[in-house]
Amino acid sequence: MSMLLEMLSYPFLVRALLGGMMVSLCAALLGVSLVLKRYSMIGDGLSHVSFGALSLAVALGWSPLWVSIPIVTLAAFLLLRLTDNSKVKSDAAIAMISAGALAFGVVITSLTTGMTTDVSSYMFGSILAMSRIDVILSVFLSVVVLCLFIFSYHKIFAVTFDESFARASGVRVESYKVLIAILTAITIVLGMRMMGAMLISSLIIFPALTSMRLFGSFRGVVICSGVLAVFCLVIGMVVSYAASTPAGASVVLVDMAVYALAVILSKKPAKHS
Amino acid sequence: MNPIIRCEHVDFGYENCDAVIDLNLDVYSGDYLCVVGENGSGKSTLVKGLLGLLKPTAGTITLAEELRRGGIGYLPQQTAAQRDFPATVYEVVLSGALARRGHWPFFTAAEKKLAINNMERLGILERKNDSYKDLSGGQQQRVLIARALCATQHLLILDEPITGLDPAAIEDFYHLVRRLNRVDGITIIMVSHDVRGVLSQAKRVLHMQQRVLFLGSVEDYRKSEAAAAFLGGGDL
Repeated sequence: MSMLLEMLSYPFLVRALLGGMMVSLCAALLGVSLVLKRYSMIGDGLSHVSFGALSLAVALGWSPLWVSIPIVTLAAFLLLRLTDNSKVKSDAAIAMISAGALAFGVVITSLTTGMTTDVSSYMFGSILAMSRIDVILSVFLSVVVLCLFIFSYHKIFAVTFDESFARASGVRVESYKVLIAILTAITIVLGMRMMGAMLISSLIIFPALTSMRLFGSFRGVVICSGVLAVFCLVIGMVVSYAASTPAGASVVLVDMAVYALAVILSKKPAKHS
Repeated sequence: MNPIIRCEHVDFGYENCDAVIDLNLDVYSGDYLCVVGENGSGKSTLVKGLLGLLKPTAGTITLAEELRRGGIGYLPQQTAAQRDFPATVYEVVLSGALARRGHWPFFTAAEKKLAINNMERLGILERKNDSYKDLSGGQQQRVLIARALCATQHLLILDEPITGLDPAAIEDFYHLVRRLNRVDGITIIMVSHDVRGVLSQAKRVLHMQQRVLFLGSVEDYRKSEAAAAFLGGGDL
């Protein structure tokens, strides 16, 4: 606890904690829907595209955020389309786009600035990356995502559980899917520089998987995901501060440990029955 | 008596292929219509059309006032992702009431009551708080019917409902649908591969192969050429 207070005396750590909490909350809530709809890999694909976009922005000397958000949103649209009418199998399409974007980013970087520590910080994240504007945007984003999950909860449930039925009930399924894709894209762009392009997708997947081990109701899974995501982020950051380990990777390791714990816990009742 | 669904010279098509050609169909209240045909014969397309998810490329579909107002209860084919979905029985059944509501984002007490009643009606009330993924295939199907009944009391459209069920569960399922039709007076339209099974349940048969090959009572269908060709001359 005293360590947490000590951390709060550094403004950059306060920004990282606040921004990180908001981003991981959004990622976890959106992640429930994505994981259940078998779209988990989209997060991974988008983070690679985000890396490519970031490299391009840096090479051109433009603002990384304003270049990445439109490009990644576009990629999110594209990936959803590919999943829907699949001439190329969606997993293959995502793998293709991921690798393509990553290669593009690496080539651009090596042609311009060269492979510096900057590149490594895009890949694996940097605690220093959260700027004031990032934090403001991430607070705004999480307000939007929370409103979506509170006021359209039943529609999100219907779209996630059964698209055909939701469509027959008059829910505008496509709009919801696009909205979720856009919000996911923005979440990834905002979280990527802190968590790292290689690691950001874990924020989407782990909380949802862990909660699905523990809860059998959709409401339980959604709430647990949100709470777990914030909890794991804070613990991860404290660990990172105490052990001087990279923040993004530390958060992912905490997520993994909690998942492992959930697996062990959820095994026990099965033995009784 | 006016039909609750009337299709007049209806065509459905995707890009440049016709899925359904010149369909004339009247469905009356209390009917139990079974739609059969080979894969790609336009059955699922017809279902989408009746649900209003697909516009006919020609002809008209007229729905009775009560269907336009109250909606249609739909039981889609189950997807693999659904079978292990973390949601309680209650959450799934309640989501059926979504079709009834306007813009108010939360369910009302009346809608919750409706969900409880439908769970009771299908004998799954004691499993209300159990997770959908822990149910057997037959019970999952009961949950989905309860959900569809939250959407409407008039018409259920069932799309390949027995896929993946074991024989005892199929028997049970047919019995249940028959009761909904005969006792509760709910109109049923069922798309199925299991021709022999549904013939023992349904009142009327629509046999499709893009065009209508047969439309009439089950008794007539048993004697028809369409049935003989489709069933390979086996004894019905």
